[in-house]
Amino acid sequence: MRRLSAMIVKEMWALLRDPKSRIVLVVPPLLQLFIFSYATTLDVKNVDVAVLDRSGGVHAAEFMARVAGSPNFRDIRRLSSTDELEQAIDGQEVIAALVFDSDFDARVTRGEPATVGVVLDGRRSNAAQIVSGYLSAIAGSYGAELLPRRAAEAATAGSVVTNWYNPSLDYIWFTLPSLVAIIVAVAGIAITSQSVARERELGTFDQLMVSPLRVHEILIGKMVPPFLVGMFNGSLYLVIAPLVFGVPFTGSYLLFFLALSVYLLALIGVGMLVSAASATQQQAFLGSFLATVPLILLSGYAAPIDNMPGWLQIVTYADPARYFLILVQGLFLKAMPAAQVFEQLWPLVVIACATLAASAWLFRARME
Amino acid sequence: MSAAVASAKGVVKRFEGVTALDGVAIDVAPGRITGLVGPDGAGKTTLIRILAGLMKADEGEISMLGGPPGAALDDLGYMPQRFGLYEDLTVAENLTLYAELRGLPRGERQAVFDRLLDFTDLKRFQARLAGKLSGGMKQKLGLACALVKTPKLLLLDEPGVGVDPISRRELWAMVGELTGEGIGVLWSTAYLDEAEKCDTVYLLSEGKLLFEGPPGDLTGAVADRVIRVSGFEARRRRFLTEALDREDVIDGTIQGRSVRLLIRDGREVPDAVMLDAGPDTRIEPASPRFEDGFIERLGGGPRGTSALAERYREIPPSDTPMIEANGLTRRFGDFTAARDMNFSIPRGQIFGLLGPNGAGKSTTFKMLCGLLTPSEGTGAVAGNDLRRAAADARASLGYMAQKFSLYGDLSVRQNLDFFAGAYGLDRQEGAHAIEAMAEIFELGERMNVNAGTLPLGFKQRLALACAVMHEPPVLFLDEPTSGVDPVTRREFWTHINGLVEKGVTVLVTTHFMDEAEYCDEVTLIYRAEQIASGTPDALKARAAELSDTADPTMEDAFIALIEDSDRARELEAAA
Repeated sequence: MRRLSAMIVKEMWALLRDPKSRIVLVVPPLLQLFIFSYATTLDVKNVDVAVLDRSGGVHAAEFMARVAGSPNFRDIRRLSSTDELEQAIDGQEVIAALVFDSDFDARVTRGEPATVGVVLDGRRSNAAQIVSGYLSAIAGSYGAELLPRRAAEAATAGSVVTNWYNPSLDYIWFTLPSLVAIIVAVAGIAITSQSVARERELGTFDQLMVSPLRVHEILIGKMVPPFLVGMFNGSLYLVIAPLVFGVPFTGSYLLFFLALSVYLLALIGVGMLVSAASATQQQAFLGSFLATVPLILLSGYAAPIDNMPGWLQIVTYADPARYFLILVQGLFLKAMPAAQVFEQLWPLVVIACATLAASAWLFRARME
Repeated sequence: MSAAVASAKGVVKRFEGVTALDGVAIDVAPGRITGLVGPDGAGKTTLIRILAGLMKADEGEISMLGGPPGAALDDLGYMPQRFGLYEDLTVAENLTLYAELRGLPRGERQAVFDRLLDFTDLKRFQARLAGKLSGGMKQKLGLACALVKTPKLLLLDEPGVGVDPISRRELWAMVGELTGEGIGVLWSTAYLDEAEKCDTVYLLSEGKLLFEGPPGDLTGAVADRVIRVSGFEARRRRFLTEALDREDVIDGTIQGRSVRLLIRDGREVPDAVMLDAGPDTRIEPASPRFEDGFIERLGGGPRGTSALAERYREIPPSDTPMIEANGLTRRFGDFTAARDMNFSIPRGQIFGLLGPNGAGKSTTFKMLCGLLTPSEGTGAVAGNDLRRAAADARASLGYMAQKFSLYGDLSVRQNLDFFAGAYGLDRQEGAHAIEAMAEIFELGERMNVNAGTLPLGFKQRLALACAVMHEPPVLFLDEPTSGVDPVTRREFWTHINGLVEKGVTVLVTTHFMDEAEYCDEVTLIYRAEQIASGTPDALKARAAELSDTADPTMEDAFIALIEDSDRARELEAAA
């Protein structure tokens, strides 16, 4: 116990003794939180759409009026040919174009099912998907007004959308909890990955390895500071999210801290593995970059995991952020119950155990 | 003597409040080797960088080849401390690169390269990557690169660092040849024995000039006061301790079975009766060295009694060897770094591992302190097998490494606290030990200073303090005194000698041949094998036979034994 406590105290001093490094530990993650939460907006606002109206009827005009009235769309360009449509999409002048066939009005008037064609710019796939969602919503509500009886039938098929857990579809409700997962990961892996590599480069690692300290004592000693920093930053976010950004925290605090601890252990495991495998600080820095980028990209934050190819979806099971993202969103927005929390928690425990065991093994194996 | 190729007066340079150079004056004459001598941190590199025009002095007048520094670069050759070589380029590519940088006309290149490659004996290695050369060959290549355009002035910043004695002699011979061509050479070094080979010496210590002039002037000042005492009854370490505690002795070292003493200026050289060390005591005059003069200028070495040893526990006597190596072998892939190392060190002895860089002494050392797992063979420390009881073995040793391997961004106290805890001292024991260390090593005022900002001598004391706080029965010292000034080195060995008297067993690697003299037994490792073992006196006697010299130094012995091993291998290869 005395050896372990000496190790922990030493590691804490190493991290906190320099006043500059104390600031670096807390201020950049906070800045990142503020910048990212405003910068990574997933709302599509102020986009331009085009319309190619071959029917020239009132229903088409009414439909367009509703599109124009939506706050999400800025400008509506009228087109006269498919060539123009092609140009408009190709030149990225508009993200989407609506096409009304010549019989559109006639069919609506007869009460037959009518179709609005939508051409989307697939290069901006995420935004296009969202725009398509907006347009379908408009189409749905217009159709419902025209044919109340049909609409009642359709409602049972789910065409009336209520957004649970985020009723006003405020993007920040989604991004902010996700950012907690991501910024904690960036900081956690960066700090941990330097710890062993730094000592190796300075030559103090040999000194540790010839002392009676056991490998697990060195490992635990090195885990404590990034763990505490992560817990501190995580708690800070927990306070800032409701107070500053108005994102409600609906779940259990106990479960949040439990999830955060296990997540941090998994991250520290990844960082430690990088550190134990690196001979110099520079290698460790590149290694942490190598680990952090896929960790974020595969977490489901940047793109939904369901949209990834099958083999890549399997890879995401090794990504700790994948589980914590679900946990932190669930705990923030929908008061995730304990049973569901544990469902996401055990893979994190497995990842933490595997990476930490591997780095303990690497500690000795990399001694040359 | 013709006009100096470089001269400086009253040079002052400060770094963030620390004065690195304090009014230094120097003249480098053409056709001569001017030595810039001093321990690490004395200001040698700073002065050379100022002369080379890489740094501006805060005060002082500098004239380089008749102009301001940095003006006449075409006539200046400069070899920085950490070889200015590109490790991923071959020998030939490095030369070509420097030829291009120095604007050597294409037509002249081949002739110059041929001459330089002959001169440095690197012709065979032209296609080898510079990073794969040995330390000595790197320095030779660095020298060749500095010479692609024959300079009038050559600045060499510690060319002898990391170079074994044989390559060091070759380097000297090469530079000696250059001075024959009229080139002025400034050679900086921390090795005091190199000073004796220079024509003129500037001795720097903490940014101040302690001495300037021919080295003979400094050694001449102590000429009659250096004696060698042998045949005394007491154990040599005990005798040295007693001698150093005498008022009239200002320095002393062990030399095999005898002890070398420097007598205070103006005091009578003691005779056998005065030393009172038994009827067989013999006293002979010994040849003075540059180091003797340096130590006298620094005010003499430390007293003989070690405060550390006095407080140290007595290590109980034991019949089992404290350090044992049985056929230790380590392979990296198909390369064998150390082959079949065998030795056994009894309690209370100093055992030295000597050898050129890369010969396998560090590998052997690392296997014994548990940093490397042997491929074959077994080892034990204080009776604990390295494989089965590694943690117990580690608990019974203190370790001090060449590089300052303490935590530079922690304070002195935090370093001591950590090592006390890491070695399992409880809080009270730890507090006692730290208090004792602070007193013994005079760390008191510096307890809250960052260890990284300590002067080198204090870093070395702190490293020793951290290694011995838990009073281990065995000490592992890896090049423990590299680059420190001779007084700090004496102080260090005073402590080690004292500890050995208390029964501590020491394993040391060193490339300072005079340090090898402190060892009870040494083994010389060359090309991954032990080529000679025995007491320092026995090795010197063997070398005397081999090379037919009377009274060889440890360095002579080192070179003779390695050359003998090379000859034997060539014969074997021929047969």
